[in-house]
Amino acid sequence: MSGVESVFDFALAGLLLMLAIGALHAPRLYVCVMLFIAFGLVLALTWARLGAPDLALAEAAIGAGLTGVLMLGMLARSPQEVMEVSRRVLSRGNLAVWALSGLVLVMLSQVLWRGVSGLLDGPVLLPDMAAHHQEQTGVDHPVTAVLLNYRAWDTLLELVVLLLALLGVRQVRLSRERFPAPWPLLLAWTRVLVPLTVLVGGYVLWRGAFAPGGAFQAGAVLAAGAVALRLCQVLPPIRWQQLWVRALIVGGLMIFLLVGLVSAGWRGGWLAYPSAWAGTMILLIEVAAALSIATILTLLVVGEDEELWP
Amino acid sequence: MTLTYLATGAVLWLLGLHALLVQRQVLRQIIAINVMGSGVFMVMVALATRGTSTDPILHALVVTGLVVAVSATAFALRLALPVIKASRSSAKSSRAVEPKL
Repeated sequence: MSGVESVFDFALAGLLLMLAIGALHAPRLYVCVMLFIAFGLVLALTWARLGAPDLALAEAAIGAGLTGVLMLGMLARSPQEVMEVSRRVLSRGNLAVWALSGLVLVMLSQVLWRGVSGLLDGPVLLPDMAAHHQEQTGVDHPVTAVLLNYRAWDTLLELVVLLLALLGVRQVRLSRERFPAPWPLLLAWTRVLVPLTVLVGGYVLWRGAFAPGGAFQAGAVLAAGAVALRLCQVLPPIRWQQLWVRALIVGGLMIFLLVGLVSAGWRGGWLAYPSAWAGTMILLIEVAAALSIATILTLLVVGEDEELWP
Repeated sequence: MTLTYLATGAVLWLLGLHALLVQRQVLRQIIAINVMGSGVFMVMVALATRGTSTDPILHALVVTGLVVAVSATAFALRLALPVIKASRSSAKSSRAVEPKL
């Protein structure tokens, strides 16, 4: 490791820690949310530094973008007093409390360190195994191969988790959201950026077969575009009642299940694709999953819920 | 490099845990849980660089985790909304009471 690189690493780590402390303990809630969004962006940079461009793409769209919109929306609905309040729960003078929490901190760090250092010294077998069977998976990019072939179960159940979160959100009643009228510059920028979002989303989806990218990143980017359009009121309200919304959401899961059933009947293995068809099947699943993820994320962030009111 | 980011991940997790226990406002607690999650992701991604080639399995798991984290955050925020509404009405009824989010 060269000197310059380690300086960069330490700077990145220090910046992350400072942003985290700021996001957690800033006196004003608004500042907290802003710092948390900045934290997400620096985290994306960190993933890129650690050789994980897939994660950097996803984090920039999800961690910094969608989570930020969600939190800002929540902030807008909070009463003014809440935003200004900064409460110190631990009294400064209480020495016993500080000593006790310091002790707990040291013990927790010890436990964490023992767990992690055990993993560090252990043998690393999985990357070689993944690379060894790469040709049979139907895709050239190892992360996509893991997501949609080796561990397709995870991805399938992850779609179920997203659906459950959406259903959960729909159960909680909420007052009607009223977006403020967009100002002209925002509108103009959105009209320029959103077509690019669609282009980038499609490209990232297609590229996932042989390079960093894939259904999750594409879905997140598309959702970001849809959210921007909805916030500018260019897009009409998106509701669960609309048939195409439900079709898109459930479609990803259904196609995934269908492929699983077909592969189970054909070769006797649940989601074990035959090598010749693997590429086509994975592409089919990825397109459906990307659209499904994009729709679910959009609904989670700017879903209309007027219909819940009697 | 691996060690630096492993330590950073662990410290992020601890910071998040501390804030989760200390802070009383719901939005801050949700941010704290997110920071804890980021710490866990960072440990996983740092571990992915420990071998000669980067570990695609850990990367794929974290991609999945990111999407699950944002959906869980959306659900948590929606659940927190009645608490915020309640704090608003209680703050209106008695100004002397310090508002609790």
